[in-house]
Amino acid sequence: MKNLLNFFENIGNAFSSRALRLGAATRLFFLILVYSADSFKRIHLTIREIYFTGVMSLIIIIVSAFFVGMVLGLQGYYTLQKYGSSEAIGVLVALALVRELGPVVTALLFAGRAGTAITAEIGLMKATEQLSAMEMMAVSPIARIIAPRFWAGVITMPILASIFSMVGVLGGYVVAVPVIGVDEGAFWSQMQANVDFRFDIVNGVIKSVVFGIACTIIALFEGFDAPPTAEGVSRATTRTVVTSSLAILALDFVLTSFMISG
Amino acid sequence: MPNSIISIKDLNFGYGDHLLHKGIDMEFPRGKVSAIMGGSGSGKTTILRLIGGQIKPTSGQVDVDGTIVHQQNRDGIYRLRRKMGMLFQHGALFSDLSVFENVAFPMREHTDLPENIIKDLVLLKLNAVGLRGAAYLMPPELSGGMARRVALARAIALDPDIIMYDEPFAGLDPISMAVICDLIRSLNDALGATSIIVTHDVAETFSFADYIYFVADGVVAAEGSPKQLMASKLPFVKQFIHAEKDGPVPFHYNARSIKEDLAL
Repeated sequence: MKNLLNFFENIGNAFSSRALRLGAATRLFFLILVYSADSFKRIHLTIREIYFTGVMSLIIIIVSAFFVGMVLGLQGYYTLQKYGSSEAIGVLVALALVRELGPVVTALLFAGRAGTAITAEIGLMKATEQLSAMEMMAVSPIARIIAPRFWAGVITMPILASIFSMVGVLGGYVVAVPVIGVDEGAFWSQMQANVDFRFDIVNGVIKSVVFGIACTIIALFEGFDAPPTAEGVSRATTRTVVTSSLAILALDFVLTSFMISG
Repeated sequence: MPNSIISIKDLNFGYGDHLLHKGIDMEFPRGKVSAIMGGSGSGKTTILRLIGGQIKPTSGQVDVDGTIVHQQNRDGIYRLRRKMGMLFQHGALFSDLSVFENVAFPMREHTDLPENIIKDLVLLKLNAVGLRGAAYLMPPELSGGMARRVALARAIALDPDIIMYDEPFAGLDPISMAVICDLIRSLNDALGATSIIVTHDVAETFSFADYIYFVADGVVAAEGSPKQLMASKLPFVKQFIHAEKDGPVPFHYNARSIKEDLAL
C-alpha cells in the first residue's frame, strides 16, 4: 500500500514540477513581450544577436541543406523512375524542402547550434552573477539580455529555413541534372508549375516562425532557470536540445494537420 | 543610531520553515564603513539582497533613505537601486564587454551623457582604482584582484550613496587584499558614500571599518566598533576573532554520538 502511495506521489510530483516549469516558461514569454519595447530602443543588441544566432549558423545550415538536397535527389529519382516520372524530381525536392524539411531540419540544427549556445551563455551569466549585477544596477536582464535574443531567434529562423530550402533545391539539382541526367527544363518548369506560393511557401515560413518562437523560448528559459552550477548549466543545455527537438516534431505535426485540413 | 541611511528593524527571513534571520535590527549611519561578519551560511549576503530588494523579508522592514524597500513596486526598487552600487563576490563583470564598457555600462543605461564625457568619466573611475591602463582588456585577461577593482569602478560609476561589498577579499592575495581595503576606505570618504561590507576576514575588516555587526544563529550576536569588539568577552566573538576551531560554533556538524555511528 505504501509503495502504491509512493508511486502516485511520484507521478503527482513529476506532473506538478513540469506544470510549474511550463507556467514559468509561459511567464517568461509574456515578460519578454512586455519588455520588448524597451529592448527595441536598443536595436543594436538584437542585430548583434541576429549575427550570433543567424550568420554564425549559416555554415552548418548551408552544408546540411546541400547534403539533404542531394539525398532527396537520389532517393526521389530512385522511386520516381519506377513509375516513369523522373522529370517530377524537381517538384518532389522542392515540396519536401519547402513544406517540411526546410523548416524542421533548420529548427533542429538551430536548437543544436544556437539554442545550446543561448542556454549555456545565459546559464553561465546567471552562475557568475552577471544577471544579478545587472538587476542591482536597475537594468532589467529581460529587456537587456533575454528579449534581444528572443527576437533574434524569431527573425533568424525563417531566413535560415529559406536559405536551407534554396540550397537544398540546388543540391537536388546537382544530383538530378548534371549527375543523373534528368532534363533541366523539366526539373525547373515542373517545380515552378507545382509549387504554390500561398499553400507551400507561406505555410513553410509560418512553420519556421513558430519553430523559431518555440526553440528560442525553450533555450532562453532553460538558461534562465538553470541552477547556478556547472552541472546545472550542463543539464540545462542537454534539456534545450531534447525539449526543442520534441517540441519541433510535435508542433510540426499539429501545424501540418491544420494546414492540410484548412 | 542618528542619521542612518539604512535601517533594518525586526527582520525575519527564511526559506520554507527554516528561518535564517530571527529579528535582526541594524542601523547603517551615513558616511561610515560598516561591516556584517559571521560564519559561512549565517545569512550575511542575504541581508545585502534584502537591502537591494532582490528578495522580500518574511516580516519586519528594511528602510533605505526613508523608503521601505519591500513595499516598492519594480520601478520604485529600480529607483532605489540607482542610489546603490554593489561589488559582487567575484566581480560579476560582463564577460562579453571590455573593462571600459563594463564601467561605462551603468552610465549608458541611466544617463544621456555624450560619448566624450562618458569616456572621461570611465577613465577617471578606472584611474581611481588604478586600472586606467587596463581599460581595453577583456575580463578573462584580468587577475582576480584586478577584476574586483574593475567591478568596484563599475559600482561607483554613478557616484552612489550606498556601496555594498559582498565578500570583497575572498580568494585574493595579500597585496590585492590591502589594495581593496585601501580603496574601500578612500572611495567611501572621497564620495561621501555609506559602505556596507559582508565578509569573514577579521584582520582586514577590523583595520578600517567604523562599526561591525556579528551575525550568528539568525540574530545579531554582537556589535560595536572594532576596538569594542576586540575587547569583547562574548564567547562567539572571541572564537571568531581568534579563529578558535571549537566554541559556541561547534567543530562537529549535528550528528548522533560516535558510539552509535560506529556501533560500539
